[in-house]
Amino acid sequence: MYRRYLRPSLWREMERLQRDMNQLVGGLGSRVVTPASFPAMNVWTGDDTAVITAEVPGVSADEIDISVVGETLTLSGERKPEDLEGGVRYHRRERGGGRFSRSIELPFRVDADKVEAAYDKGILRVTLPRAEADKPRKITVRAA
Amino acid sequence: MVNEVPTLEAQKEEAPIVEGTERTRERRAYIPRSDIYETDDTIVVLADMPGVDEESIEITLEKNVLTITAYAESSDLDGYELVYAEYESGDYTRRFTLSDQIDQTKIEASLRDGVLKLMLPKAEPAKARTIKVKAG
Repeated sequence: MYRRYLRPSLWREMERLQRDMNQLVGGLGSRVVTPASFPAMNVWTGDDTAVITAEVPGVSADEIDISVVGETLTLSGERKPEDLEGGVRYHRRERGGGRFSRSIELPFRVDADKVEAAYDKGILRVTLPRAEADKPRKITVRAA
Repeated sequence: MVNEVPTLEAQKEEAPIVEGTERTRERRAYIPRSDIYETDDTIVVLADMPGVDEESIEITLEKNVLTITAYAESSDLDGYELVYAEYESGDYTRRFTLSDQIDQTKIEASLRDGVLKLMLPKAEPAKARTIKVKAG
């Protein structure tokens, strides 16, 4: 019944507050999105640089192709199943294999020539510096 | 068919919390996806554990229960803010019951590209001994 006396904008404000509180309490856990396909990726941003990390266990670094076109990063490659001689009996097989390809939109245009990638412990890390032309420019106002 | 390669999965499966217990660390724990196969003389376990390094893996074999636990360091990047997340780094834990006797002294473990490989050599079957009864 109180609702009638509150202005709609105030209600929206309260809803927003509640949402923020939920996020605060839930921590990162509530913000983790289900990956669309392999591999799972995280996106980080810093000063004029973005970093993408991806979980790609069992794929060696030279088997991952990284390409950047405009604002899109594409990771592709193949996770090859182990080569085994005959006479092997599987009890359990859960580790997937095959080709993968995934694209992700970056927060800004990047300088493709300066993209760097490192691979360690099954995690790929791609560092993407923002393109010079894309950086916000400060415009000084001159006194007439 | 157990011999078919499953399709690639991106999401880690969370480990259930055992009733009546609590985790000592405020982090998520995952069940590493694993393959287990057997050759004539060895049982091989492969487990996907991205982010883990050698020192943090603990493997125990008690009776015939194999327990693997590992801790992945937090993946925070200094000077960067996480703006979109599809995975979290956490712990890994898994237990297997082995049907064969294992030669505990010859177990080998290696870690490569975030995949743990465990080689568990089967113990040689106890040789049947014939005991001769000497005539008195």
